[in-house]
Amino acid sequence: MTGSGAQVPGTEARLARIRGRAMPKSHNARTIAALASNPGCARRAIMDAAGVDKQRLAAHLGYPAPFGQSRFALARGNAFEAQLKADGAAQILHLLRENLGLPLEQAHYIDLDDVGGNPGMDLRHARTRQLLARPEGTMFDHPVLRLQVGGRHAYLEPDLIAVQVGEAFRIVEIKSFPVIDGQADGGKVAAAAIQSAVYVHALRDLVGDDKVHHETILICPKDFSNQPTAQRLDVRKPLTVLRRQLSRLTRIEDLLKLLPEDLTFDLDPDPDDKTATHRRDPETLKDAVSQIDARYAPGCLSTCELCYFCRAKSSGQTARLGQQALEDLGGLDSIPAVLGLASGALRPSPERAEATAVLRQVVALRAEVFGREPEPTPAYPEVMGEAV
Amino acid sequence: MSALTAYARTLAAERQIAQPVASVRHVHVSDRPLVFVPLQLAGEANAPLAAIVGSDRGTPTVLTVAEPRDRNQRFAFIADLADVILPYIEGYPLGTREAKNGNLVPVAGDAPQLIVPGPAAVAFTRLLGRSARFRRTDGPYAVPATVPLVGRWLSFYSERPEVPGSSLTLVVTDALASHWATGQSPEEDLNLASILGWIAPPPGMTGAEAALLAEDPVRCPPAGPATDPTFDNEVLEGLIKAVRAARLTGGGSGRIRHALTEELRTQLEPTWERMWQAVDLLRALRPGDHVASRWERDCSAFARYADWARATGLPQPKHDGAVQASRRLWDLEEDQRRFAAERAYDDPLVMAEHRMSGEAFAGTVAAAEPTRVDASGRRRVLRPRITVETGDRVVVEPGTVLTSPARTAQEARVISVEAGERTLVTLELQKGMGQSLTPPPGSVPELGERVCYATFNLGYQRRPEFPPREETPWTHGGPPAPYVPPDENAQEAWS
Repeated sequence: MTGSGAQVPGTEARLARIRGRAMPKSHNARTIAALASNPGCARRAIMDAAGVDKQRLAAHLGYPAPFGQSRFALARGNAFEAQLKADGAAQILHLLRENLGLPLEQAHYIDLDDVGGNPGMDLRHARTRQLLARPEGTMFDHPVLRLQVGGRHAYLEPDLIAVQVGEAFRIVEIKSFPVIDGQADGGKVAAAAIQSAVYVHALRDLVGDDKVHHETILICPKDFSNQPTAQRLDVRKPLTVLRRQLSRLTRIEDLLKLLPEDLTFDLDPDPDDKTATHRRDPETLKDAVSQIDARYAPGCLSTCELCYFCRAKSSGQTARLGQQALEDLGGLDSIPAVLGLASGALRPSPERAEATAVLRQVVALRAEVFGREPEPTPAYPEVMGEAV
Repeated sequence: MSALTAYARTLAAERQIAQPVASVRHVHVSDRPLVFVPLQLAGEANAPLAAIVGSDRGTPTVLTVAEPRDRNQRFAFIADLADVILPYIEGYPLGTREAKNGNLVPVAGDAPQLIVPGPAAVAFTRLLGRSARFRRTDGPYAVPATVPLVGRWLSFYSERPEVPGSSLTLVVTDALASHWATGQSPEEDLNLASILGWIAPPPGMTGAEAALLAEDPVRCPPAGPATDPTFDNEVLEGLIKAVRAARLTGGGSGRIRHALTEELRTQLEPTWERMWQAVDLLRALRPGDHVASRWERDCSAFARYADWARATGLPQPKHDGAVQASRRLWDLEEDQRRFAAERAYDDPLVMAEHRMSGEAFAGTVAAAEPTRVDASGRRRVLRPRITVETGDRVVVEPGTVLTSPARTAQEARVISVEAGERTLVTLELQKGMGQSLTPPPGSVPELGERVCYATFNLGYQRRPEFPPREETPWTHGGPPAPYVPPDENAQEAWS
């Protein structure tokens, strides 16, 4: 797989131009999971590939992202991870022995946080690769893996990789949400499983499928305490979904072909101003962002910084009403079309006949219940009379 | 959801205002509910930060915790909360009634109702109850007796939203969403201010505009339990540090604590107002016919639990035993079936969904033989037949027994279905017509009458026998040891 990632000359330059003068943001397991959850969104694919700071971009567009991170949560997360990794990851070792039956003499801990004081990703990835090829350690902290996303490399840092003698590598994921009476928040566990799946996928790419276990270890605080507890997490399902979604991602080169050469999201930082004022006209920035097709869905609200901008530009799309509504409306993707077909103002094309029959029935039932004629629906001249 | 609800969402998006998806109210709203809005500290396992609580709109109680990571302060908070919740619950006295078998069963004429903003508040309340109910009043980390007591009640009330049709705990965003469709997604409907904006926007504003404003955490602080991260970083962190510093230096801690409480109050009070606004909106709807009987079942559940808790003095176990879990599952399924049927019988708009799926049809009586007598058996019996003409899609087979919301005691057996432009369904009726061979007036649908028939009914299904717990089969782990909360529950580690 690594061989297929030959970068087309010029791609880097174009992505750099799109990013502009801002520092690049790199992919992580969370962003890859988000991208894979909406593989049809070219806007996110390009921005992530270019390393665009979407948070800053969204704020400059006048649509600041709806999520931030509380410093309380950050502090708790960091403290928990630091506690686990203290003294050569003594607490993790204890948990691994309990969970994986790791022999006692195996207690080697290698920190890959930097290589001889050099924290570069390329170097750390090379070092990870080298060490994992002949595993002499037991636990590898801060390893760096590499994954192909849309035909480009993204670097990833799992919390930890553990190896069991004579068996496979395991990804260890540390999260600070609690497991209370053996139960944790389902949504958070699912998100952790997807992130672990991203790491499993990347690690398999590096050392081979049979050398990485499909069960990962999730370490969380137990009940209301700071004591860690480990759970095995079978990530085969999210892994299958992830693989399929990643394979559906269009190659970045192909997406770039559709875009103007001079497209940029540069915010035009004022070089003299230390407060980093951005001088880019938000209107031209909006036009630039709108050059790339987006696929907004309500799921974006919790995963993408640009969600409010995309939502504002998606009026008239049934997707904004939720996945279920879209399905219940027989896949009709435009609100005006739904209303037009329902009222009879629009003529359905043959493939819409079934969905239209359902809508007509809905309108008749509502009229019967509310005891009045269906409300007049505004006409849509641009689609009027045409089959939609 | 259904095509009806999805269509109502598109209409709401088009008209910029929420559209009704129910024509009557399907939840009970108490005359004196207890509104509870908790906030938690981000990142911690169920660390209460503040709450606004009370049963009187004009006089809420605001509770705050200056250092949510301190175990003692957490339980001081829960004790303060108990001082509001326990007297409220005690305002609903228990009585007893003699059952058919002569046993005395606990009853309550009315029950306390807990109202919380959304599903996340239920999850928080469940953990708050879990964290408090095992605590001891003696030994290390002793707590006041009210702490485990209120923990048990919070545990009971946070389990109730799982029960279909129960209103003991009213989850406001869910209750609103089951009566109105907004022009946004179900994910966005979880924001209390936003869904309220769609339903009842301030004057001069569309629902869509009000919902957009509701997303500004400065204008509309989140309904919790998660706080706005910007508030955490810019306001809360500094104040918590200042309180700690003031305590260490021994000066001015009262003033800074007051400042902290006031800041937290700004995060809670707008939600408090919105909760009561939602209560008003729900109260204004006409209740469905079965709302009262469902509330009676809620009152019985309250009385049964109160009686069990008083008799045993025990906290609910962490996990149900096998027998109890199977019984509970059966009950939930039966409640689900009954609630779905009751909703449809009470509300033509809900029935419309079943008509779309073919589980029900409505039409007019095109032919009727009200005095038809079946003489084929040993005894002559009254078996009137009617033919219903309907434009609905009919998928029922001959032989199926149907029920009409207008005559729930009567059975209607499908004799024939003649499909066409308008479908003709011939039904044979029995029951609900007295003993004689002449049906009393009104007991048989008349020619031209508008009727509706459904494949589901309101019949009560008797719970099958489950083995007593001491006879739990080996396939389910065998009989469990008698329930005694272990010491380790009371002495578990705290951060």
